[in-house]
Amino acid sequence: MTYACSHKHNNIIIEEDTTKGGSYSHKEKHFQRGETKTVHLFPFYIYSAAKLRQFIDKPKMATMMAKEHGLNLKETELCLGLPGGGGGGGGGGGGGASEQVETPRATGKRGFSETVDLKLNLQAKEDLNDNLKNVSKEKTLLKDPAKPPAKAQVVGWPPVRSYRKNMMAPKASTEDVAEKTTSSTASAAFVKVSMDGAPYLRKVDLTMYKSYKDLSDALAKMFSSFTMGNYGAQGMIDFMNESKLMDLLNSSEYVPTYEDKDGDWMLVGDVPWEMFVESCKRLRIMKGSEAIGLAPRAMEKCKSRS
Amino acid sequence: MRENHPSTNSEDDHRSSLLDLARAEITESSNSKSRTCGGFPGPGSGSGPSEPQAPFPDQVLENVLENVLHFLSSRRDRNAASLVCRSWYRAEALTRSELFIGNCYALSPTRVTARFTRVNSVTVKGKPRFADFDLMPPNWGAHFAPWASALAQAYPWLEKLHLKRMIVTDADLALVADSFSGFRELILVCCDGFGTPGLAAVAGKCRLLRVLELVESVVEAEDDEEVDWISCFPESQTNMESLVFDCVECPINFQALESLVARSPRLKKLRLNGFVSMAQLYRLLHRAPQLTHLGTGSFSATEAGAVVDQEPDYAAAFEACKSLVCLSGFREIWADYLPAIYPVCANLTSLNLSYAHVNADQLKSVIRHCHKLQIFWVLDSIRDEGLQAVAATCKDLRELRVFPVDAREGTDGPVSEVGFEAISQGCRKLESILFFCQRMTNAAVVAMSKNCPDLVVFRLCIIGRYRPDPVTQEPMDEGFGAIVMNCKKLTRLAVSGLLTDRAFEYIGRYGKLVRTLSVAFAGDTDTGLKYVLEGCPNLQKLEIRDSPFGDGALRSGLHHYYNMRFLWMSTCKLTRQACQEVAQALPNMVLEVINVNSEENAGDVEILYMYRSLDGPRDDAPRIVTILH
Repeated sequence: MTYACSHKHNNIIIEEDTTKGGSYSHKEKHFQRGETKTVHLFPFYIYSAAKLRQFIDKPKMATMMAKEHGLNLKETELCLGLPGGGGGGGGGGGGGASEQVETPRATGKRGFSETVDLKLNLQAKEDLNDNLKNVSKEKTLLKDPAKPPAKAQVVGWPPVRSYRKNMMAPKASTEDVAEKTTSSTASAAFVKVSMDGAPYLRKVDLTMYKSYKDLSDALAKMFSSFTMGNYGAQGMIDFMNESKLMDLLNSSEYVPTYEDKDGDWMLVGDVPWEMFVESCKRLRIMKGSEAIGLAPRAMEKCKSRS
Repeated sequence: MRENHPSTNSEDDHRSSLLDLARAEITESSNSKSRTCGGFPGPGSGSGPSEPQAPFPDQVLENVLENVLHFLSSRRDRNAASLVCRSWYRAEALTRSELFIGNCYALSPTRVTARFTRVNSVTVKGKPRFADFDLMPPNWGAHFAPWASALAQAYPWLEKLHLKRMIVTDADLALVADSFSGFRELILVCCDGFGTPGLAAVAGKCRLLRVLELVESVVEAEDDEEVDWISCFPESQTNMESLVFDCVECPINFQALESLVARSPRLKKLRLNGFVSMAQLYRLLHRAPQLTHLGTGSFSATEAGAVVDQEPDYAAAFEACKSLVCLSGFREIWADYLPAIYPVCANLTSLNLSYAHVNADQLKSVIRHCHKLQIFWVLDSIRDEGLQAVAATCKDLRELRVFPVDAREGTDGPVSEVGFEAISQGCRKLESILFFCQRMTNAAVVAMSKNCPDLVVFRLCIIGRYRPDPVTQEPMDEGFGAIVMNCKKLTRLAVSGLLTDRAFEYIGRYGKLVRTLSVAFAGDTDTGLKYVLEGCPNLQKLEIRDSPFGDGALRSGLHHYYNMRFLWMSTCKLTRQACQEVAQALPNMVLEVINVNSEENAGDVEILYMYRSLDGPRDDAPRIVTILH
């Protein structure tokens, strides 16, 4: 049994994305401090190398071990590889994940015969930075031993009105606030939704939904001609069933597509929900026949392998 | 931000006011020459005497005087005029229409209403500024209630009320609404104690209301008490010119607001709270393109989970507001919407982004259009790079405030001496600056002192306490010294960083016009404070915290305390004994000793709050406050 990789493009350029203002900082919203997130590679999801790399915390690379998964995926080829150099150095300011490139530009494929059980152990950056600050504070104090020792929190200092501090509080929780991405408060993720043929645009906050099903239901309410007839029980495209997929894409049924952070258009449903929320920038509901151009090149790979 | 001009510290009670009020005792008691004020239709008799007109040779002069005095608006001038002689005193008292009470505890309301009988505008200030930073117990005082009842009785024709740092309850607002039929203007700055019921009373009953401004006041909703106050405005056309409610933390009835705006043709100032979304703002802009001052509300699509129709052309809506000169708000800014304000940037004289997390690039896209900008408030998220952009474009800048996103003490911050110096290079007309940073050098401060000689307000807050100059490792004395030396118009100064007595020596020697001085974590010995108390004759407000000044320093200011609005010293080295001595030496001073953390009769003084009073100590002090006399 083989499964396909979602194609993106073969030029996966992974570099520090400072122009977008630390767009990867979103991910920290979804992970609690110290929580371990395990991403399993089920056959129902299709991953691209680039997508997964975004979620690999560089410093933790060294801890990742290739494990065999419960499913018999030994023979699968996975478009994912660890950089040859092993663990990366500091995760990078605003981004964290895939900025540092220690290997040459990744091609779509890597030779990696085993599946990877990715443990995403995102330690909050605050811990690291707090340590730095404590060290430097001590240095300052040593210069002036006559001064009273600094307390951790001094009442009423600095003289910022409580009113203003309260305004700031939720937003000051991450270290890289200065590079905070443009389009969000701490919690909302508004994206535009357009449907081919409809004369209006809608906007949804993806964080209001918990799954693809919720989103589909909402979209169906917004755009009445958008039905979910061909979708499976989970409300997403069943990528695994090739024939079903091809039927869908050949039909005049509408399928939801989205533009991700890299500007590429993808079929909705090809990545886990959380990943989708983070990377989706806008949604477009188009006819299946138009979407066929977006169908994973992997579909061809599927064909070629079977 | 309240006004479209730099905020200078202009409250000062002239020393003469103490003497002239004492003279009032003399005047009232000797009724030998009392006569009516001729020729003025008085709005009620108030408490003035009414006696038969006696023919005096200088009656004509008296009439002339009273006519002329009507034109005196500055309270300093009026205070001076009132000291000339008894008749001038009386004439001035009868013609003063605007009352300014800088400290609500400096005198009793009845004294005020007895002297001034034809007042139509009252300003009262309560707590000292350090109360904003939680340094004062919350129940300390500054209740508006006694003033409300006194004013309601004495001035039923009152039109304007302006309160700062007072506790105002819903009952007080209801009394105001009921008592003053011609009421026009209510401005509450940094007040608390009231909620939407009070606002509803004012909106509903004050049919002639023009101005309702709530500035940085705490207005929170208790669910069961929340009232739709916007719906309480009169249903016909209103006279509203200014509606400011950006600090109100309750949702508002948008339909009612839209209708209100539509039926308020004179509306010029509108500042919305964070519960108004971009789409709603759009609708309001269409209703009120004549606005000059706008607070944009959330500046995002805030309906959580809801869907919004096709994006309207926000930029066009802004462009239609040809008179817009002042923009603020951006409470939940969605930076994608920033381009909407580009069309108005060229006309802006005032821009407040201090609630908006914008980075340098986003700021640049806006600021490069803002050539006329005079007042700019912003967060340090724009970094030094952003400040450089400001310096490059805003050549007319008069007031700059840079607030910290992260107010914790650290070593690195997004703004530093680099941006600071850039501002000083680019904005030569700067008059007022408030700057929070984690690092600053003497060189940059000296540069600003030379580049910006018009500085009137200089407030630098280096967040890390006791921080020396990171380049030279020296104290920050020289930088602040240069400021007082070179900025000859300086009236307000706030210092920070590592400072020795030398800095205070500079201030005492050169800061001759300084009226307000804020000191924290600075100085070495009593000598520092002595320099200031002996050297600064115009000192009005002195607030000091966590500095090693003690009894000797306190005593060195005895000659000056009557001239001041107040002295605040907290976590210094004062003893109760010394405070007691001062209280005895100066009978008209009220010394409040507040010991929050230690026992009532402890020898050390945690907080000393000292001010002059004509009517003795107040009677509404909580237990935690000990008043020495």
